[in-house]
Amino acid sequence: MNRHLISAGDLAKDDALLILDTAEELARVSERSIKKLPTLRGRTVVNLFFEDSTRTRISFEAAAKRLSADVINFSAKGSSVSKGESLKDTALTLEAMGADAVVIRHGASGAPHRLATWVRGSVVNAGDGTHEHPTQALLDAFSMRRRLGGLDGRRITIVGDVLHSRVARSNVLLLATLGAEVTLVAPPTLLPVAVGTWPCEVSYDLDAVLPKSDAVMMLRVQKERMNAAYFPSEREYSRRYGLDRDRFAKMPDDAIVMHPGPMNRGMEIAAEVADSPRSTIVEQVANGVTIRMAVLYLLLGGETVA
Amino acid sequence: MSESRPESRAESRAVLEGPDIHRALTRIAHEILERTKGADEVVLLGIPTRGATLARRLGERIEQFEGVKVPVGSIDITMYRDDLRLKPARPLGHTELPPDGVDGKIVVLVDDVLYSGRTVRAALDALNDLGRPTAVQLATLVDRGHRELPIRADYVGKNLPTAKSEKVKVFLQETDGREAVLLIKEAAK
Repeated sequence: MNRHLISAGDLAKDDALLILDTAEELARVSERSIKKLPTLRGRTVVNLFFEDSTRTRISFEAAAKRLSADVINFSAKGSSVSKGESLKDTALTLEAMGADAVVIRHGASGAPHRLATWVRGSVVNAGDGTHEHPTQALLDAFSMRRRLGGLDGRRITIVGDVLHSRVARSNVLLLATLGAEVTLVAPPTLLPVAVGTWPCEVSYDLDAVLPKSDAVMMLRVQKERMNAAYFPSEREYSRRYGLDRDRFAKMPDDAIVMHPGPMNRGMEIAAEVADSPRSTIVEQVANGVTIRMAVLYLLLGGETVA
Repeated sequence: MSESRPESRAESRAVLEGPDIHRALTRIAHEILERTKGADEVVLLGIPTRGATLARRLGERIEQFEGVKVPVGSIDITMYRDDLRLKPARPLGHTELPPDGVDGKIVVLVDDVLYSGRTVRAALDALNDLGRPTAVQLATLVDRGHRELPIRADYVGKNLPTAKSEKVKVFLQETDGREAVLLIKEAAK
Protein backbone atom coordinates (compact mmCIF):
# COMPACT_ATOMS: atom_id res chain seq x y z
CA MET A 1 0.00 0.00 0.00
CA ASN A 2 1.00 3.60 -0.55
CA ARG A 3 1.91 5.82 2.38
CA HIS A 4 -0.99 8.16 1.60
CA LEU A 5 -4.60 7.61 0.61
CA ILE A 6 -5.38 10.48 -1.76
CA SER A 7 -7.35 8.87 -4.56
CA ALA A 8 -9.38 5.70 -4.87
CA GLY A 9 -7.66 5.30 -8.23
CA ASP A 10 -4.29 4.77 -6.49
CA LEU A 11 -5.54 1.53 -4.97
CA ALA A 12 -4.65 -1.65 -6.81
CA LYS A 13 -7.18 -4.47 -6.56
CA ASP A 14 -5.06 -6.25 -3.94
CA ASP A 15 -4.83 -3.10 -1.80
CA ALA A 16 -8.56 -2.52 -1.99
CA LEU A 17 -9.33 -6.13 -1.08
CA LEU A 18 -6.84 -5.99 1.80
CA ILE A 19 -8.63 -2.94 3.21
CA LEU A 20 -12.05 -4.59 2.83
CA ASP A 21 -10.89 -7.87 4.39
CA THR A 22 -9.21 -6.04 7.28
CA ALA A 23 -12.42 -4.09 7.85
CA GLU A 24 -14.36 -7.37 7.86
CA GLU A 25 -12.29 -8.56 10.84
CA LEU A 26 -12.42 -5.17 12.57
CA ALA A 27 -16.20 -5.03 12.28
CA ARG A 28 -16.36 -7.43 15.21
CA VAL A 29 -14.60 -4.94 17.47
CA SER A 30 -17.64 -2.66 17.28
CA GLU A 31 -19.78 -5.50 18.61
CA ARG A 32 -17.64 -6.17 21.69
CA SER A 33 -18.13 -4.61 25.09
CA ILE A 34 -14.58 -3.19 25.02
CA LYS A 35 -14.45 -1.44 21.65
CA LYS A 36 -10.76 -0.66 21.75
CA LEU A 37 -7.53 -2.07 20.39
CA PRO A 38 -4.06 -0.99 21.57
CA THR A 39 -2.55 -1.02 18.10
CA LEU A 40 -1.90 2.68 17.44
CA ARG A 41 -0.91 3.62 20.99
CA GLY A 42 1.37 6.63 20.93
CA ARG A 43 0.51 7.62 17.36
CA THR A 44 -1.09 10.97 16.66
CA VAL A 45 -3.84 11.49 14.11
CA VAL A 46 -4.81 15.05 13.21
CA ASN A 47 -8.26 15.70 11.76
CA LEU A 48 -7.83 18.79 9.63
CA PHE A 49 -11.25 19.97 8.51
CA PHE A 50 -11.53 23.11 6.40
CA GLU A 51 -15.10 22.24 5.37
CA ASP A 52 -18.12 21.30 7.44
CA SER A 53 -18.66 17.63 8.09
CA THR A 54 -20.61 15.55 10.57
CA ARG A 55 -20.23 11.89 9.80
CA THR A 56 -16.80 11.84 8.21
CA ARG A 57 -15.10 13.76 11.03
CA ILE A 58 -16.85 11.85 13.82
CA SER A 59 -16.18 8.62 12.00
CA PHE A 60 -12.45 9.27 11.64
CA GLU A 61 -12.28 10.36 15.26
CA ALA A 62 -14.05 7.23 16.49
CA ALA A 63 -11.86 5.04 14.29
CA ALA A 64 -8.61 6.57 15.55
CA LYS A 65 -9.75 6.38 19.18
CA ARG A 66 -10.77 2.73 18.87
CA LEU A 67 -7.24 2.02 17.77
CA SER A 68 -5.88 3.98 20.78
CA ALA A 69 -4.32 6.77 18.71
CA ASP A 70 -4.25 10.31 20.07
CA VAL A 71 -6.62 12.51 18.10
CA ILE A 72 -6.29 16.23 17.55
CA ASN A 73 -9.30 17.87 15.95
CA PHE A 74 -8.80 20.98 13.95
CA SER A 75 -11.55 22.89 12.21
CA ALA A 76 -10.85 25.98 10.18
CA LYS A 77 -13.48 27.97 12.05
CA GLY A 78 -11.94 29.46 15.15
CA SER A 79 -8.38 28.66 14.09
CA SER A 80 -5.60 30.83 12.71
CA VAL A 81 -6.87 30.04 9.22
CA SER A 82 -9.46 32.76 9.76
CA LYS A 83 -6.50 35.07 10.43
CA GLY A 84 -5.16 34.23 6.99
CA GLU A 85 -2.70 31.39 7.71
CA SER A 86 -1.88 29.41 4.58
CA LEU A 87 -2.32 25.66 4.17
CA LYS A 88 1.43 25.22 4.09
CA ASP A 89 1.99 27.04 7.36
CA THR A 90 -0.79 25.04 8.96
CA ALA A 91 0.85 21.88 7.65
CA LEU A 92 4.24 22.86 9.06
CA THR A 93 2.65 23.52 12.45
CA LEU A 94 1.15 20.03 12.44
CA GLU A 95 4.48 18.61 11.37
CA ALA A 96 6.14 20.29 14.34
CA MET A 97 3.57 18.70 16.64
CA GLY A 98 4.53 15.27 15.33
CA ALA A 99 1.41 14.15 13.49
CA ASP A 100 1.74 10.58 12.21
CA ALA A 101 -1.32 10.96 10.02
CA VAL A 102 -3.28 13.93 8.78
CA VAL A 103 -6.88 13.43 7.75
CA ILE A 104 -7.79 16.38 5.59
CA ARG A 105 -11.03 17.73 4.19
CA HIS A 106 -10.65 20.82 2.05
CA GLY A 107 -12.81 22.80 -0.33
CA ALA A 108 -10.11 22.90 -2.97
CA SER A 109 -9.58 19.85 -5.17
CA GLY A 110 -5.97 18.71 -4.86
CA ALA A 111 -5.29 20.13 -1.39
CA PRO A 112 -4.48 16.69 0.13
CA HIS A 113 -2.12 15.97 -2.75
CA ARG A 114 -0.28 19.23 -2.08
CA LEU A 115 -0.24 18.59 1.66
CA ALA A 116 1.38 15.18 1.12
CA THR A 117 4.48 16.91 -0.25
CA TRP A 118 4.87 18.99 2.93
CA VAL A 119 4.38 16.55 5.79
CA ARG A 120 6.26 13.43 6.78
CA GLY A 121 3.21 11.52 8.05
CA SER A 122 0.50 9.79 6.04
CA VAL A 123 -2.16 11.96 4.42
CA VAL A 124 -5.69 10.63 4.17
CA ASN A 125 -8.09 12.45 1.89
CA ALA A 126 -11.44 12.94 3.62
CA GLY A 127 -12.93 14.81 0.69
CA ASP A 128 -11.33 17.52 -1.44
CA GLY A 129 -13.61 19.86 -3.37
CA THR A 130 -15.35 18.05 -6.18
CA HIS A 131 -12.44 15.66 -6.64
CA GLU A 132 -12.35 12.55 -4.42
CA HIS A 133 -13.46 10.97 -1.17
CA PRO A 134 -11.75 7.58 -1.14
CA THR A 135 -12.80 6.33 2.31
CA GLN A 136 -16.44 6.96 1.38
CA ALA A 137 -15.97 4.80 -1.71
CA LEU A 138 -14.33 2.10 0.41
CA LEU A 139 -17.14 2.07 2.93
CA ASP A 140 -19.70 1.96 0.12
CA ALA A 141 -17.88 -0.98 -1.45
CA PHE A 142 -17.73 -2.64 1.96
CA SER A 143 -21.48 -2.12 2.52
CA MET A 144 -22.27 -3.48 -0.94
CA ARG A 145 -20.00 -6.49 -0.51
CA ARG A 146 -21.67 -7.35 2.79
CA ARG A 147 -25.19 -7.08 1.33
CA LEU A 148 -24.58 -8.48 -2.16
CA GLY A 149 -21.95 -11.08 -1.29
CA GLY A 150 -19.38 -9.82 -3.81
CA LEU A 151 -18.74 -7.06 -6.31
CA ASP A 152 -17.40 -8.87 -9.34
CA GLY A 153 -19.82 -8.35 -12.25
CA ARG A 154 -22.38 -6.55 -10.06
CA ARG A 155 -24.25 -3.67 -11.67
CA ILE A 156 -24.08 -0.48 -9.65
CA THR A 157 -26.04 2.63 -10.64
CA ILE A 158 -25.03 6.05 -9.32
CA VAL A 159 -27.68 8.72 -9.74
CA GLY A 160 -27.69 12.49 -9.41
CA ASP A 161 -25.28 15.37 -9.04
CA VAL A 162 -22.18 13.66 -10.42
CA LEU A 163 -20.61 16.97 -11.41
CA HIS A 164 -20.16 18.17 -7.83
CA SER A 165 -19.72 14.75 -6.28
CA ARG A 166 -16.37 13.54 -5.02
CA VAL A 167 -18.18 10.42 -3.85
CA ALA A 168 -19.18 9.51 -7.41
CA ARG A 169 -15.66 9.84 -8.82
CA SER A 170 -14.07 7.78 -6.04
CA ASN A 171 -16.80 5.16 -6.30
CA VAL A 172 -16.46 4.80 -10.07
CA LEU A 173 -12.69 4.33 -9.81
CA LEU A 174 -12.82 1.88 -6.91
CA LEU A 175 -15.77 -0.16 -8.18
CA ALA A 176 -14.14 -0.51 -11.60
CA THR A 177 -10.99 -1.80 -9.87
CA LEU A 178 -13.10 -4.31 -7.96
CA GLY A 179 -14.76 -5.57 -11.15
CA ALA A 180 -18.22 -4.04 -10.83
CA GLU A 181 -20.08 -2.46 -13.75
CA VAL A 182 -20.99 1.13 -12.97
CA THR A 183 -23.62 3.24 -14.71
CA LEU A 184 -23.95 6.94 -13.99
CA VAL A 185 -27.38 8.50 -14.41
CA ALA A 186 -27.74 12.27 -14.34
CA PRO A 187 -29.06 15.20 -16.34
CA PRO A 188 -26.41 16.19 -18.92
CA THR A 189 -25.79 19.46 -17.05
CA LEU A 190 -24.72 17.57 -13.93
CA LEU A 191 -22.13 15.35 -15.62
CA PRO A 192 -18.47 16.43 -15.80
CA VAL A 193 -17.07 17.11 -19.26
CA ALA A 194 -14.50 14.32 -19.00
CA VAL A 195 -16.97 11.65 -17.93
CA GLY A 196 -16.31 9.85 -21.22
CA THR A 197 -12.84 8.91 -19.94
CA TRP A 198 -14.20 7.34 -16.72
CA PRO A 199 -14.42 3.54 -16.54
CA CYS A 200 -18.23 3.48 -16.57
CA GLU A 201 -21.39 3.79 -18.66
CA VAL A 202 -23.53 6.94 -18.77
CA SER A 203 -27.30 7.17 -19.15
CA TYR A 204 -29.90 9.92 -18.91
CA ASP A 205 -32.83 7.58 -18.38
CA LEU A 206 -33.20 6.34 -14.81
CA ASP A 207 -36.28 4.21 -15.47
CA ALA A 208 -34.44 2.15 -18.08
CA VAL A 209 -31.47 1.44 -15.81
CA LEU A 210 -33.24 0.64 -12.54
CA PRO A 211 -34.50 -2.87 -13.43
CA LYS A 212 -30.93 -3.91 -14.24
CA SER A 213 -29.29 -2.65 -11.04
CA ASP A 214 -28.02 -4.62 -8.04
CA ALA A 215 -27.41 -1.43 -6.08
CA VAL A 216 -28.62 2.12 -6.62
CA MET A 217 -26.67 4.95 -5.03
CA MET A 218 -28.43 8.30 -4.83
CA LEU A 219 -26.26 11.41 -4.62
CA ARG A 220 -27.15 14.59 -2.83
CA VAL A 221 -27.91 17.62 -5.00
CA GLN A 222 -25.17 19.94 -3.77
CA LYS A 223 -26.94 23.27 -3.82
CA GLU A 224 -24.07 24.98 -1.99
CA ARG A 225 -21.75 24.31 -4.92
CA MET A 226 -24.22 25.30 -7.63
CA ASN A 227 -23.42 28.68 -9.12
CA ALA A 228 -25.72 28.36 -12.14
CA ALA A 229 -29.09 26.89 -13.06
CA TYR A 230 -28.36 23.22 -13.68
CA PHE A 231 -32.01 22.14 -13.86
CA PRO A 232 -35.27 24.08 -14.23
CA SER A 233 -36.75 23.37 -10.80
CA GLU A 234 -36.30 21.03 -7.84
CA ARG A 235 -39.68 19.57 -8.60
CA GLU A 236 -38.67 18.68 -12.12
CA TYR A 237 -35.37 17.20 -10.98
CA SER A 238 -37.16 15.11 -8.43
CA ARG A 239 -39.68 13.87 -11.01
CA ARG A 240 -37.00 12.73 -13.44
CA TYR A 241 -34.13 11.66 -11.20
CA GLY A 242 -35.58 11.19 -7.72
CA LEU A 243 -36.02 7.69 -6.28
CA ASP A 244 -39.65 7.56 -5.24
CA ARG A 245 -41.89 4.62 -4.37
CA ASP A 246 -42.85 3.82 -7.97
CA ARG A 247 -39.26 3.76 -9.15
CA PHE A 248 -38.22 1.74 -6.10
CA ALA A 249 -40.78 -0.89 -7.17
CA LYS A 250 -39.04 -1.22 -10.55
CA MET A 251 -35.78 -2.35 -8.97
CA PRO A 252 -35.05 -6.08 -8.61
CA ASP A 253 -36.39 -7.50 -5.32
CA ASP A 254 -32.97 -7.96 -3.75
CA ALA A 255 -31.39 -4.72 -4.97
CA ILE A 256 -30.24 -2.24 -2.33
CA VAL A 257 -30.50 1.55 -2.04
CA MET A 258 -27.58 3.63 -0.85
CA HIS A 259 -26.93 7.28 -0.04
CA PRO A 260 -23.68 8.79 1.26
CA GLY A 261 -25.59 11.38 3.32
CA PRO A 262 -26.65 13.97 4.18
CA MET A 263 -29.94 13.37 2.35
CA ASN A 264 -32.47 15.81 0.95
CA ARG A 265 -35.53 13.73 1.75
CA GLY A 266 -38.22 14.26 -0.86
CA MET A 267 -35.71 15.61 -3.39
CA GLU A 268 -33.39 12.85 -4.62
CA ILE A 269 -34.85 10.16 -2.39
CA ALA A 270 -38.32 9.63 -0.91
CA ALA A 271 -38.44 9.24 2.88
CA GLU A 272 -40.24 5.92 2.48
CA VAL A 273 -37.41 4.53 0.32
CA ALA A 274 -34.68 5.87 2.59
CA ASP A 275 -36.21 4.08 5.58
CA SER A 276 -36.91 0.77 3.83
CA PRO A 277 -35.12 -2.41 4.96
CA ARG A 278 -33.33 -2.51 1.62
CA SER A 279 -31.74 0.85 2.30
CA THR A 280 -28.19 0.66 3.69
CA ILE A 281 -27.95 4.33 4.70
CA VAL A 282 -27.59 3.78 8.45
CA GLU A 283 -25.37 0.74 7.92
CA GLN A 284 -23.07 2.88 5.77
CA VAL A 285 -22.38 5.13 8.75
CA ALA A 286 -21.50 2.21 11.03
CA ASN A 287 -19.33 0.70 8.30
CA GLY A 288 -17.59 4.06 7.96
CA VAL A 289 -15.94 3.69 11.35
CA THR A 290 -14.85 0.16 10.53
CA ILE A 291 -13.37 1.00 7.14
CA ARG A 292 -11.50 4.01 8.56
CA MET A 293 -10.06 1.82 11.30
CA ALA A 294 -8.80 -0.52 8.58
CA VAL A 295 -7.27 2.36 6.61
CA LEU A 296 -5.58 3.88 9.66
CA TYR A 297 -4.28 0.49 10.77
CA LEU A 298 -2.84 -0.34 7.37
CA LEU A 299 -1.23 3.12 7.00
CA LEU A 300 0.08 3.50 10.55
CA GLY A 301 0.09 0.04 12.13
CA GLY A 302 3.32 -1.20 10.63
CA GLU A 303 6.79 0.23 10.40
CA THR A 304 6.86 3.84 9.31
CA VAL A 305 8.59 4.53 6.06
CA ALA A 306 11.20 7.16 6.68
CA MET B 1 9.10 -42.08 6.06
CA SER B 2 11.64 -39.49 7.12
CA GLU B 3 12.26 -37.95 3.75
CA SER B 4 14.76 -35.17 4.07
CA ARG B 5 13.81 -32.65 1.41
CA PRO B 6 16.88 -31.18 -0.21
CA GLU B 7 15.98 -27.53 0.34
CA SER B 8 18.59 -25.09 -0.83
CA ARG B 9 21.38 -24.76 1.75
CA ALA B 10 19.00 -25.78 4.51
CA GLU B 11 18.76 -29.16 6.13
CA SER B 12 15.40 -30.20 7.51
CA ARG B 13 14.45 -33.15 9.66
CA ALA B 14 10.95 -34.33 10.56
CA VAL B 15 10.71 -34.43 14.35
CA LEU B 16 7.04 -35.42 14.37
CA GLU B 17 5.21 -37.33 11.64
CA GLY B 18 1.46 -37.56 11.12
CA PRO B 19 0.83 -40.40 13.60
CA ASP B 20 3.02 -38.68 16.23
CA ILE B 21 0.98 -35.49 15.95
CA HIS B 22 -2.22 -37.53 16.33
CA ARG B 23 -0.92 -39.28 19.44
CA ALA B 24 0.26 -36.02 20.98
CA LEU B 25 -3.13 -34.37 20.45
CA THR B 26 -4.93 -37.41 21.84
CA ARG B 27 -2.80 -37.22 24.98
CA ILE B 28 -3.34 -33.47 25.36
CA ALA B 29 -7.11 -33.96 25.00
CA HIS B 30 -7.00 -36.56 27.81
CA GLU B 31 -4.87 -34.26 29.96
CA ILE B 32 -7.31 -31.37 29.49
CA LEU B 33 -10.17 -33.65 30.53
CA GLU B 34 -8.22 -34.86 33.55
CA ARG B 35 -7.01 -31.46 34.75
CA THR B 36 -10.30 -29.66 34.29
CA LYS B 37 -12.31 -32.58 35.70
CA GLY B 38 -14.43 -33.29 32.63
CA ALA B 39 -13.89 -30.07 30.65
CA ASP B 40 -17.37 -28.75 31.48
CA GLU B 41 -16.33 -25.11 31.69
CA VAL B 42 -13.58 -25.29 29.06
CA VAL B 43 -13.39 -23.05 25.98
CA LEU B 44 -10.68 -23.85 23.42
CA LEU B 45 -9.28 -20.78 21.67
CA GLY B 46 -6.78 -21.35 18.87
CA ILE B 47 -4.33 -18.70 17.71
CA PRO B 48 -4.59 -18.45 13.89
CA THR B 49 -3.72 -20.06 11.65
CA ARG B 50 -2.52 -23.47 12.81
CA GLY B 51 -3.46 -23.01 16.47
CA ALA B 52 -7.08 -22.61 15.37
CA THR B 53 -6.88 -25.90 13.46
CA LEU B 54 -5.34 -27.66 16.46
CA ALA B 55 -8.05 -26.26 18.78
CA ARG B 56 -10.73 -27.70 16.49
CA ARG B 57 -9.03 -31.12 16.53
CA LEU B 58 -8.72 -31.10 20.32
CA GLY B 59 -12.42 -30.23 20.58
CA GLU B 60 -13.34 -33.17 18.35
CA ARG B 61 -11.25 -35.56 20.44
CA ILE B 62 -12.66 -34.37 23.75
CA GLU B 63 -16.16 -34.93 22.38
CA GLN B 64 -15.17 -38.43 21.17
CA PHE B 65 -13.72 -39.43 24.53
CA GLU B 66 -16.34 -38.15 26.96
CA GLY B 67 -19.20 -36.83 24.85
CA VAL B 68 -18.73 -33.24 26.11
CA LYS B 69 -19.15 -30.62 23.42
CA VAL B 70 -16.46 -28.05 24.16
CA PRO B 71 -16.92 -24.58 22.58
CA VAL B 72 -14.10 -23.88 20.13
CA GLY B 73 -13.06 -20.50 18.75
CA SER B 74 -10.10 -18.54 17.52
CA ILE B 75 -8.36 -15.42 18.77
CA ASP B 76 -6.33 -13.22 16.44
CA ILE B 77 -3.46 -11.45 18.14
CA THR B 78 -2.13 -9.27 15.32
CA MET B 79 -3.42 -6.00 16.79
CA TYR B 80 -1.77 -6.83 20.14
CA ARG B 81 1.70 -7.79 18.89
CA ASP B 82 4.68 -5.97 20.33
CA ASP B 83 6.62 -6.09 17.05
CA LEU B 84 4.04 -4.41 14.81
CA ARG B 85 6.33 -1.50 14.10
CA LEU B 86 9.16 -3.68 12.91
CA LYS B 87 7.35 -4.81 9.74
CA PRO B 88 4.80 -3.36 7.32
CA ALA B 89 1.20 -3.68 8.51
CA ARG B 90 0.06 -7.28 8.28
CA PRO B 91 -3.28 -8.73 7.31
CA LEU B 92 -5.50 -9.72 10.23
CA GLY B 93 -6.46 -13.23 11.24
CA HIS B 94 -9.90 -14.34 12.25
CA THR B 95 -11.31 -13.94 15.75
CA GLU B 96 -14.37 -16.03 16.46
CA LEU B 97 -15.68 -16.39 19.99
CA PRO B 98 -18.17 -19.09 20.94
CA PRO B 99 -21.67 -17.60 21.45
CA ASP B 100 -21.43 -17.85 25.25
CA GLY B 101 -18.19 -15.90 25.37
CA VAL B 102 -15.37 -16.54 27.80
CA ASP B 103 -16.67 -15.02 31.05
CA GLY B 104 -16.38 -17.49 33.91
CA LYS B 105 -14.88 -20.20 31.69
CA ILE B 106 -11.55 -21.99 31.69
CA VAL B 107 -9.91 -20.83 28.48
CA VAL B 108 -7.32 -23.11 26.94
CA LEU B 109 -5.22 -21.17 24.43
CA VAL B 110 -3.90 -23.40 21.65
CA ASP B 111 -0.88 -22.63 19.49
CA ASP B 112 1.37 -24.73 17.29
CA VAL B 113 4.83 -23.66 18.48
CA LEU B 114 5.78 -22.04 21.80
CA TYR B 115 9.00 -20.06 21.40
CA SER B 116 9.64 -16.58 22.86
CA GLY B 117 6.25 -16.46 24.58
CA ARG B 118 5.44 -13.10 22.98
CA THR B 119 2.54 -14.48 20.96
CA VAL B 120 1.01 -15.88 24.15
CA ARG B 121 1.50 -12.53 25.92
CA ALA B 122 -0.37 -10.84 23.06
CA ALA B 123 -3.10 -13.48 23.28
CA LEU B 124 -3.50 -12.83 27.01
CA ASP B 125 -3.89 -9.11 26.30
CA ALA B 126 -6.43 -9.80 23.56
CA LEU B 127 -8.34 -12.13 25.87
CA ASN B 128 -8.43 -9.42 28.52
CA ASP B 129 -10.46 -7.23 26.14
CA LEU B 130 -12.88 -10.04 25.34
CA GLY B 131 -13.96 -11.03 28.82
CA ARG B 132 -12.87 -12.41 32.15
CA PRO B 133 -12.20 -16.14 32.24
CA THR B 134 -11.78 -17.88 35.64
CA ALA B 135 -8.51 -19.38 34.42
CA VAL B 136 -6.35 -19.41 31.32
CA GLN B 137 -4.24 -22.39 30.33
CA LEU B 138 -1.93 -22.96 27.41
CA ALA B 139 -1.61 -25.96 25.09
CA THR B 140 1.07 -26.17 22.44
CA LEU B 141 2.07 -28.86 19.98
CA VAL B 142 5.78 -28.08 20.21
CA ASP B 143 7.70 -26.28 22.94
CA ARG B 144 11.05 -25.30 21.46
CA GLY B 145 12.39 -23.28 24.41
CA HIS B 146 14.14 -19.88 24.35
CA ARG B 147 11.46 -18.07 26.32
CA GLU B 148 11.79 -14.28 26.58
CA LEU B 149 8.89 -13.84 28.99
CA PRO B 150 7.76 -15.67 32.15
CA ILE B 151 5.29 -17.92 30.33
CA ARG B 152 4.96 -21.71 30.37
CA ALA B 153 2.65 -24.23 28.74
CA ASP B 154 0.21 -26.45 30.68
CA TYR B 155 -0.04 -29.05 27.93
CA VAL B 156 2.86 -29.83 25.60
CA GLY B 157 2.83 -32.19 22.64
CA LYS B 158 6.61 -32.44 22.42
CA ASN B 159 9.46 -30.66 24.12
CA LEU B 160 11.97 -30.00 21.40
CA PRO B 161 15.45 -28.74 22.29
CA THR B 162 16.51 -26.34 19.51
CA ALA B 163 19.17 -23.80 18.71
CA LYS B 164 18.00 -20.24 18.14
CA SER B 165 19.32 -20.38 14.59
CA GLU B 166 17.03 -23.30 13.77
CA LYS B 167 13.44 -23.00 12.59
CA VAL B 168 10.46 -25.13 13.52
CA LYS B 169 7.69 -25.48 10.94
CA VAL B 170 4.38 -27.18 11.54
CA PHE B 171 2.44 -28.59 8.58
CA LEU B 172 -1.19 -29.63 9.04
CA GLN B 173 -3.50 -31.33 6.56
CA GLU B 174 -6.15 -28.57 6.67
CA THR B 175 -3.77 -25.72 5.83
CA ASP B 176 -0.72 -27.33 4.23
CA GLY B 177 -1.91 -30.60 2.77
CA ARG B 178 0.39 -32.76 4.87
CA GLU B 179 1.16 -33.60 8.49
CA ALA B 180 4.63 -33.02 9.94
CA VAL B 181 6.73 -30.94 12.26
CA LEU B 182 10.06 -30.06 10.67
CA LEU B 183 13.22 -28.80 12.31
CA ILE B 184 15.10 -26.73 9.76
CA LYS B 185 18.79 -26.01 10.13
CA GLU B 186 20.15 -23.15 8.05
CA ALA B 187 23.45 -24.37 6.62
CA ALA B 188 26.43 -22.24 7.60
CA LYS B 189 27.29 -19.78 4.88
